Amino acid sequence: MPEADLIANVMITGLLTGMVYGLMALGLSVVFGVVRIVNFAHGELMTAAMYAVVLLSASTQLDPLWLMIPMGVVFFGLGYGLQRSVINRFIQRPEHSQLLLMLAIATILVNGLLMGFGPDAQSVQTDYQLDSFELGPLLIDKPRVYAATAAALTALALLAYFRYTTTGKAIRACADNHMGALVTGLPLKHLYALTFGLGTACVAIAGCAQMLLLDVTPAAGPAYTLLAFVIVIVGGLGSMAGALFGGVLIGMSEALAGLFVAPSAKSMFSFALLILILLVRPAGLLGARA
Amino acid sequence: MSQATPVPQVNAGGLPLNRTLLLGTACGVVLLLLPLWANNYVLSIGTLILFLALAGQAWNVMMGFAGLLSLGHALYIGLGAYTSAALFSHYEIGPWLSVWLAAAICALAGVGIGALAFRFSISGVQFSLLTIAFAEFTRIGFDHIDWLGGPAGLFLKVQQREHIDLLNLRGPPAMFYYVALMLCGGTFALCRYLLQGRAGYYWQAIRENEDAARALGIHTLRWKLLAVAISAALTGVAGVFFAFYYNSLFPEQVFHMSRSIEIILAPVIGGIGSLVGPVLGAALLTLLGDLSTEVLNALGMEIPGVKQVLYGCVLLVVVWYLPHGVWPALARALGVTREQHK
Repeated sequence: MPEADLIANVMITGLLTGMVYGLMALGLSVVFGVVRIVNFAHGELMTAAMYAVVLLSASTQLDPLWLMIPMGVVFFGLGYGLQRSVINRFIQRPEHSQLLLMLAIATILVNGLLMGFGPDAQSVQTDYQLDSFELGPLLIDKPRVYAATAAALTALALLAYFRYTTTGKAIRACADNHMGALVTGLPLKHLYALTFGLGTACVAIAGCAQMLLLDVTPAAGPAYTLLAFVIVIVGGLGSMAGALFGGVLIGMSEALAGLFVAPSAKSMFSFALLILILLVRPAGLLGARA
Repeated sequence: MSQATPVPQVNAGGLPLNRTLLLGTACGVVLLLLPLWANNYVLSIGTLILFLALAGQAWNVMMGFAGLLSLGHALYIGLGAYTSAALFSHYEIGPWLSVWLAAAICALAGVGIGALAFRFSISGVQFSLLTIAFAEFTRIGFDHIDWLGGPAGLFLKVQQREHIDLLNLRGPPAMFYYVALMLCGGTFALCRYLLQGRAGYYWQAIRENEDAARALGIHTLRWKLLAVAISAALTGVAGVFFAFYYNSLFPEQVFHMSRSIEIILAPVIGGIGSLVGPVLGAALLTLLGDLSTEVLNALGMEIPGVKQVLYGCVLLVVVWYLPHGVWPALARALGVTREQHK
């Protein structure tokens, strides 16, 4: 049995990582909740953002934390364009058709990155990457604290946007009642594209934060997609609070499984949790009951 | 472009006989006689096409016939492959015996997953995610089973390639080609039989409208489970072939999600729900992949990932312009289809 200090440390690490996961999953959840598209290219967009961070921070010497703002803007535009030009045409298609479209985009993204950057891991250097805060017996990595704080602030901003702005409310109206939104004359295609853009911006900012914590390889894309799905299903597909809660839950369970069982088995626990949730409560922990 | 497109009607037995018979026989003869003039390289491509066609045909039973989208079929490839490979390397039990066990294990696993999913009325995206979850769960699980080699892999003894040992499936490429051809032909015939019988009509009814099918008195749970069981068992058979053809198994490769996607590409591109679709898709994909490798090699652009980017683009184009796949369009052009359901 590991000591209490170690367990507490690991749990805090899991909590902070989970907040970044939460932001990543939030992007997926928002897109599913509004556009009703299952974005199988979500993790691939995240790795694309991570590679962009690698390039930018190497050329501009800027901290990934500062890159979050331009990255968020650029990826918002990318997402908006993708939805407007490609995905909007698939809104009325059957589910498997949409899924295959996203798989095609994911395949192109992940292997495009492989072509451009090769299979080796790339990382970003910061001058605080090995520093940590000391709180009594606890040692908390500085980059993890910064990444988690940035992720939490972004998530809060998005929640506020959906809650208080007129456009945000209109988007929620689309999610609630597609037909009603259409009847009242809301510009559905624009709002869908806006939502996809916001989801992509979320995942790009999550990518910046994740770059502080981990290396990136092209192969990480599909893994992030799956991770985001696990989180979103566990938390509740389409529920924003659920995505954040699910992120923290999966972050903690991964960290604890790494400590108590084996680091290589940690995602097995996430998938086991997913299977359990799907069977017992398919709407997710915080999702509305179907 | 944006209106709802119906899933194509499965073209069961609706082909004008003469032309179809002629085309079918011609294809069969070419496939049978291929090893007479083909070298090992061509045979390896042929075998790969047949393997993908076999797995795609198996997947198509679930998705194309019954409308159940599985994105975790690598699970059954892996279970089948590991079952027969473990029995062979630990107890020297040959593939002709272990294939039955492998198929049974896969069918059981499929029925287990299906029963859980359908009992808790999980459908659509959630069902697809559940299949991924089980495949990924098993992949990581197999990484921790030392008896099966764990992440270091499980290897079959490679013996003299010139000597044919059909009983243990050890021999030259032509032997593997014929075994794959036999499996592929058998699966094709089985699927044709299923599709034209009661099961086929029930499955299509469930695929088009499950509630209506149930209202007509179809025991939908039972028929859906049958589709999963058959699909899983056939994929397991493909897995056994995989193990003996490639001789090395790694959980990271066999169970990986990219394997599941590789399996679905052929039927999607060829045409979901049709019998010819998976075979045609497998041929198109493999030939395209190989051609592009040749061209890229000639141009000196041997970068990893180029081929997959090409696959992605092909998938994109097919999903965009031919949502029903290449076969329905091609069949119309060849005049071997009675009429296309609209």
